[in-house]
Amino acid sequence: MTTLPTATQKKLGLVIDLDTCVGCHACVISCKEWNTGSYGAPLSDQDPYGADPVGTFLNRVHTFEVKAENTPAQVVHFPKSCLHCEDAPCVTVCPTGASYKREEDGIVLVNESDCIGCGLCAWACPYGAREMDQAEGVMKKCTLCVDRIYNENIPIEDQVPSCVRTCPAGARHFGDLADPTSGVFKLVEERGGMDLMPEQGTKPVNKYLPPRPKTDTAPELDVLGPLLAESTDGAGGFFGWLDRTLEKL
Amino acid sequence: MTIQPKIDTSPKVADEIRKTTCYMCACRCGINVHMRDGKVKYIEGNRDHPVNRGVLCAKGSAGIMQHYAPSRLRAPMKRVGERGSGEFEEISWDEAFDLAAEWLAPVRETAPERLAFFTGRDQSQSLTSWWAQQFGTPNYAAHGGFCSVNMAAAGIYTLGGAFWEFGSPDWEQTEMFMIFGVAEDHDSNPIKMGLGRLKERGAKVVGVNPVRTGYNAIADEWVGITPGTDGLFIIALIHELLKAGKVDLPYLMRTTNAPVLVGEDGLFLRDDDGKELVWDLNSNSTQPFDAAGLKPALHGEHRIAGQTVRPVFHLLAEKYLDDSNAAEHVAERCGLKPETIKRLAAELADCAFNKEITINREWTDFRGVTHKTITGRPVSFHAMRGISAHSNGFQTCRALHVLQLLLGSVEVPGGFRFKPPYPKPVAAHPRPHHTVTPGKPLDGPHLGYPRGPEDLALNPDGTAKRIDKAYTWENPMSAHGMMHMVISNAHAGDPYPVDVLFMYMANMSWNSSMNTRGVMDMLTDKDESGAYKIPKIIYSDAYSSEMVAFADLILPDTTYLERHDCISLLDRPISEQDAMADSIRWPVVEPDRDVRGFQTALIQLGVKLGLPGMVDADGKAIYTDYADYITNHQRRPGVGPLAGFRGEDGQGKGRGAPNPNQIQAYIDNGGFWMDHVPEDAQYNRPSNVAYQDWAVERGIYDAPQPYIFQLYVEPMAKFRLAAQGKGEQQPPEHLRERLIATMDPLPVWYQPFEEQGVDLDEYPLHALTQRPAAMYHSWGSQNAWLRQIHGHNPLYVSTDIWIEHGFAEGDWADLTSHHGTITVPVVRMDALNARTVWTWNAIGKRKGAWALDRDAPETTKGFLLNHLIHELLPPKGDGLRWSNSDPITGQAAWYDLRVKIKKAAPGTQTKPEIPAQKSPVGRGPDSLAYGKEWTK
Repeated sequence: MTTLPTATQKKLGLVIDLDTCVGCHACVISCKEWNTGSYGAPLSDQDPYGADPVGTFLNRVHTFEVKAENTPAQVVHFPKSCLHCEDAPCVTVCPTGASYKREEDGIVLVNESDCIGCGLCAWACPYGAREMDQAEGVMKKCTLCVDRIYNENIPIEDQVPSCVRTCPAGARHFGDLADPTSGVFKLVEERGGMDLMPEQGTKPVNKYLPPRPKTDTAPELDVLGPLLAESTDGAGGFFGWLDRTLEKL
Repeated sequence: MTIQPKIDTSPKVADEIRKTTCYMCACRCGINVHMRDGKVKYIEGNRDHPVNRGVLCAKGSAGIMQHYAPSRLRAPMKRVGERGSGEFEEISWDEAFDLAAEWLAPVRETAPERLAFFTGRDQSQSLTSWWAQQFGTPNYAAHGGFCSVNMAAAGIYTLGGAFWEFGSPDWEQTEMFMIFGVAEDHDSNPIKMGLGRLKERGAKVVGVNPVRTGYNAIADEWVGITPGTDGLFIIALIHELLKAGKVDLPYLMRTTNAPVLVGEDGLFLRDDDGKELVWDLNSNSTQPFDAAGLKPALHGEHRIAGQTVRPVFHLLAEKYLDDSNAAEHVAERCGLKPETIKRLAAELADCAFNKEITINREWTDFRGVTHKTITGRPVSFHAMRGISAHSNGFQTCRALHVLQLLLGSVEVPGGFRFKPPYPKPVAAHPRPHHTVTPGKPLDGPHLGYPRGPEDLALNPDGTAKRIDKAYTWENPMSAHGMMHMVISNAHAGDPYPVDVLFMYMANMSWNSSMNTRGVMDMLTDKDESGAYKIPKIIYSDAYSSEMVAFADLILPDTTYLERHDCISLLDRPISEQDAMADSIRWPVVEPDRDVRGFQTALIQLGVKLGLPGMVDADGKAIYTDYADYITNHQRRPGVGPLAGFRGEDGQGKGRGAPNPNQIQAYIDNGGFWMDHVPEDAQYNRPSNVAYQDWAVERGIYDAPQPYIFQLYVEPMAKFRLAAQGKGEQQPPEHLRERLIATMDPLPVWYQPFEEQGVDLDEYPLHALTQRPAAMYHSWGSQNAWLRQIHGHNPLYVSTDIWIEHGFAEGDWADLTSHHGTITVPVVRMDALNARTVWTWNAIGKRKGAWALDRDAPETTKGFLLNHLIHELLPPKGDGLRWSNSDPITGQAAWYDLRVKIKKAAPGTQTKPEIPAQKSPVGRGPDSLAYGKEWTK
């Protein structure tokens, strides 16, 4: 049993915009290439050129179809990585203290030298956000690129998680969700940012911005009817309209 | 409380960052390659780069796995087994060049056309086309014919440029954006960035695509159109807009050929200088279109020189106002509701006219009129292969451009804007050249834009001069050639056989060909004497692709991180709307194998063959390699492959003498060069004097080229006129009717040809492919990371079809076209046009290729739709071979495919199962832990 800090100074996390994510997997691969050569064990791949290639990823994109009665089906791309929960069950379940939540910024990390690869944390995580590396036998998870965001060898504007820096559509945002003046805090307020599975009581730091209502799921509106009603059918037909219009120019 | 371990949050990242250009797809983003201990540690987007401004897609980030892929070829190879088997022996470069020269030198001396040289998705067409020209063969093209030539050619003929490299939406100001068809693979990061900006600004995104994935998933509105009916839909929008009077008349009069007078023959009325005439209401007389102070008529008939003439707009209005184009009449065929079409037309009008943008900036047009303001129409569009790859694609693309023009939204704020060197009218492009003289260069550039029948590549007896039959009456305006017909025609000896087939980076024995199985048979087919019908095949690729197995000689290319390249303004540049730009690749990693960049190998082969321009009077090499060529080659005096840092002082922009330090200057500048368009030259560029003058200064052209947009395309009228029996060059009888129907100088819709030729009751469904954002063609499967995202490709089936056929999870199906059957796994999908099935493109692989295991899911569960698509239309009983292509440009009509589906027994292997090829590079390792040496 490992304890969580009673409070953290910051709540660093991601805000992911489901209205903007096109499901391109840029974040998935950028995460993999940064983290395989950075903090902790590399992210290995088994049978990478064979029948059943399986590797460790800290971030994956899932795709769902949503279909309500009498409206066109929608497709939602859903990127998922560790949500750095305030009440992280993966930490409290850890028998060795390897899983911990950082007091200064709230990042949930695994101290790999203490990890015995028992896998309890992955069972405890309701989001399936942890993956056991098959080569090293240690638990891997999103570090929020803890070795980028404070890294003095990286230009200040790039001191963000690799997934955020690379996201082509700008669907991923990083910042301190405890700071009401931060961009991410405001985004969550403006867009009604949501917790993933709040009923689990994990208090995730990461938030998701819901897709905006689609216009194709609304009934056919006639607000623009008058625009098309301004018909050219009058005197002289279309060419008559043309002459009258050109006279006014 | 747990005691927190102390961790190093500032570890070393790289020894050095080298900035070059990505090549994981064709988008050419700038990348920062982080080097550590001589290896590639991390690749990120270059923030300063005009294309991607720092972001990078999945493919780009997976570049590490591509660069170190086990599928990389290691040395030149000579075939030792049967063609297709994949059995090779490695040879030296000297031996490889000796062999190639032994095959090619006699061809050049006797019949240069018996070399067919076609390149794939390369970005060096300015070099490869020049090489082919110097060799003297008329048989050169790149892959545009099977890609998106309809979009490109329709754009050039109508606007002076199309989408992507030519221009893009004004993401910062547009209020409504409509994107047609599959577009995830071209201009991929810029479109994603643009969509992000639109979302941020609350602009509306409309996706028109039978399949709702990728961009369509986030579209505010999804229009799940029936494949092949986009043209009908667009023309209905035009109809509704005209009927409501929602068109930009001042814009049409000023910037398009709307007022130009058309005679009964369909040709423009011209003055003695050849200038198009309009009817001026001020003077009640004809006047040249570019005269100042005119009040041009947009309708009305006049009798001039013995014929009745009418303005283009008159013809256009009559054509599209016809009730047959009304939403009510086309909606069902498009799979849409008439209300939806009408509402979308209203929304377009609302954005264009009620949200008009005014910029207070003075500019002068080519008539000498100075305007105080610039008017913007914030509606924009994008389309690529989706609407292009149909046999009615050229006209559909044209219809889309006409819609843009009617809304006044081209080259204006909020609309679609060009990127230098575009806009560029047809007049600024060459005509096609095809005159062969043994032992001498061709008479000019192969590919161009025909102005009329006089530009066709025909012999006096009417036979085709080119092996692909580009620029013939079957497809007169085939501006990118027809690579997809080369193997089929060479095998058939129609119009003539070839001696050497030389290809680069095009997987023609697999996913880049229609009728894949048939193509493999053609490549291996022998004549009675036991000799291959296509006698010699030279192929260059960096990887062990399916095509490698069919070559007699392999010239191994480098990876994109090991080579020099130029992304040239002479070819397909990386410019942005407000800047001209070009870029380079340079060897950020030295090859560890006996490989050479293809362009270097090509130049060295050219030297060996003594090709003009590549050797001096003493037969000595003028260029040692591609980098030397990039630096020192001049296409016109002072204009070379790279526009930046020219001249002895390195300050030249666009023009200037070769600068020996140019490549280093690019490297020092982050791998690219960029020069901004002056403020007064940024909009209305076809008619903007400031832009025209700037373009001349920068070497884009040598004299101003002002022009008006072509709602009506006169070259098409010339081809149609010939089909009606007028003029010296006459089409064969069997093509007259089709030419008259399809060569309409105003966009029309007609039913796709395959639909016309098959029994639609028997083949009731459409079948398509989409492009996954995380894969580029066949390349991605050799990539250990990307293949974990798309390792196989089920057939997605609409809910209607799923229920109709009683499919259940885990089922397999036979999918049958007029050409064949494939057996594949099926998956249900709701967000799909009800009469359509689809799959991801190019995931299926041949066993033994790409250094994958023979039981890789790409080979067992993956498949190609290509097996169902024939390069020819179903026989019509006339004994003729009708190409499955657009009748105007020859674009491969991939998306015309019609199929039927039937439940099959669950399987473990998709069919057809092609026997394995032997891998010349072995197979990849059992596990990877990339970057382990840098972890702690």
